[in-house]
Amino acid sequence: MADRTLRGQAAIVGVADAASPTGELELTGRALEVTMIAEALADAGLTIADVDGLCYAGFGGMATLGLAEYLGISPRWTDGTNVGGSSYEVHVEHAAAAIAAGLCDVVVGVYASTPRSDRKRSSGGGGGGRRPMPFGPDPRMEFEMPYGLMMPMGAYALSASRHMHSFGTTSEQLAQIAVSTREWAAMNPSARYQDPITIDDVLSSPMQASPLHLLDCCLVTDGAGAFVMTSAERARDLAKPPVHVLGAATCHDHSGIMAMPDLTTTAGAISGPNAFAMAGIKAGDVDLLMGYDSFTITALLHLEDLGFCDKGEGGAFVEDGRTGPGGSLPMNTNGGGLSYTHPGMYGMFLLVEATRQLRGECGPRQVEGAEIAVAHGSGGVLSAMATVVLGTEATL
Amino acid sequence: MAHDTPTPTRFEPPVSDDTAPFWEATRDKQLVLQWCTSCQKAIFYPRAACPGCLGDTIEWRPATGFGRVHAVSVQHKPANPFMADKVPYAVALVDLDEGVRLMTNIVGCEPDDVAVDMAVRVTWEPLTDGRHLPLFEPSALAD
Repeated sequence: MADRTLRGQAAIVGVADAASPTGELELTGRALEVTMIAEALADAGLTIADVDGLCYAGFGGMATLGLAEYLGISPRWTDGTNVGGSSYEVHVEHAAAAIAAGLCDVVVGVYASTPRSDRKRSSGGGGGGRRPMPFGPDPRMEFEMPYGLMMPMGAYALSASRHMHSFGTTSEQLAQIAVSTREWAAMNPSARYQDPITIDDVLSSPMQASPLHLLDCCLVTDGAGAFVMTSAERARDLAKPPVHVLGAATCHDHSGIMAMPDLTTTAGAISGPNAFAMAGIKAGDVDLLMGYDSFTITALLHLEDLGFCDKGEGGAFVEDGRTGPGGSLPMNTNGGGLSYTHPGMYGMFLLVEATRQLRGECGPRQVEGAEIAVAHGSGGVLSAMATVVLGTEATL
Repeated sequence: MAHDTPTPTRFEPPVSDDTAPFWEATRDKQLVLQWCTSCQKAIFYPRAACPGCLGDTIEWRPATGFGRVHAVSVQHKPANPFMADKVPYAVALVDLDEGVRLMTNIVGCEPDDVAVDMAVRVTWEPLTDGRHLPLFEPSALAD
């Protein structure tokens, strides 16, 4: 079905993000969203008047309506998909399809959340920051809540427990992911944590939910970002080199961790290969992996499920620092959710960094000659996976 | 009368239409599971239709109450105020002999002694309304 592929149909043409070493941002809510959209449009050389498509994973019903009204736009295509942290990769997939089908020309996607500073502002910080509480009887409330699993890290801890049992994965191997990611963060002046850490530092940090230590867990910070997409053809006339969508795919297989079919294999084992097939690439072709790292185990599972190594081999794969600076598979070069920023739904930042790397804009942490980058998002508790393969003009 | 009301020591689970028979059985410390009479498979958590075939020919049957730990995480901080005096405690996913997986606490041993593949059996903790919450403890019998 070659004529049905999204390969090369659409491109990311503008990005923006905001994060801070303090973990806090001045702006909140709509103001932060608008800033991100304005910066991403400026990055692309476009204006809000060009926008006719909108993606938004805001909480509550009809979230895209409120945002569009605030922006003063009338999008003729809209997507309010919210599957958690991978929503933004899903948005790229959907936007590429919509652009390819001629439903719209210029799509903006945005995210802003300020949980860290909201905690200080007791009155709450506006639209973007607050998370919903579990509401009403549902399976989680009846059959998980009474047992006191710390969330979300407890769900990931159960996966790590099973992975260790099945494959002999060690705490040291998981810790290495945090160590390598921190090495990247040291080269990103916006990263929340930039000082080097060791495996011992990770293992001696407080246990959060065994076997996961504090430094196996992502940050809680403010953060925001946006992307702009348009057709591959129009992208060539804009301000920055286009970053083409070569492949995109989604899969989700559970909501609560109790119902995860196999605690050691995510739906990325479906979305990854499907996205790679659409892009016509193999794992070995990937220059850079932005693999959602809510926890060290999350990143490890992505490496296996996307085929960078065999199932169960993730621990050994990362052991020699292969995913850090100078390694053969640079992973989470902005410092990731573990060290850069993690406002709750991290997937936007995967797209922003992948785009900047493919444009060669990343300074000291630039991956030399990066042509193909993968942004792989994870939403829910290892629930919703979405893989986006991005490439430079030369890869088309 | 206020003094007749027991103080909750747990987050007490709500009851939904689909799950009412499950919770009713716990009043007698009975663990029951739904079975799809088409697929001949056990279903958990309870629901209105079989997640295998969407069939609605579902019946409730007693469970053996035996299973094995599939994964475990020891919580060193309480996840809610009810758990404050219980830390550290073990939260596990248990695979029942009937082939379904549920979340629970493992009690009756040190939390750090709970191991993946450990054989366990159901035990019960009273809730304030006469229901019981299913927990699991190590079982030599199933080994």
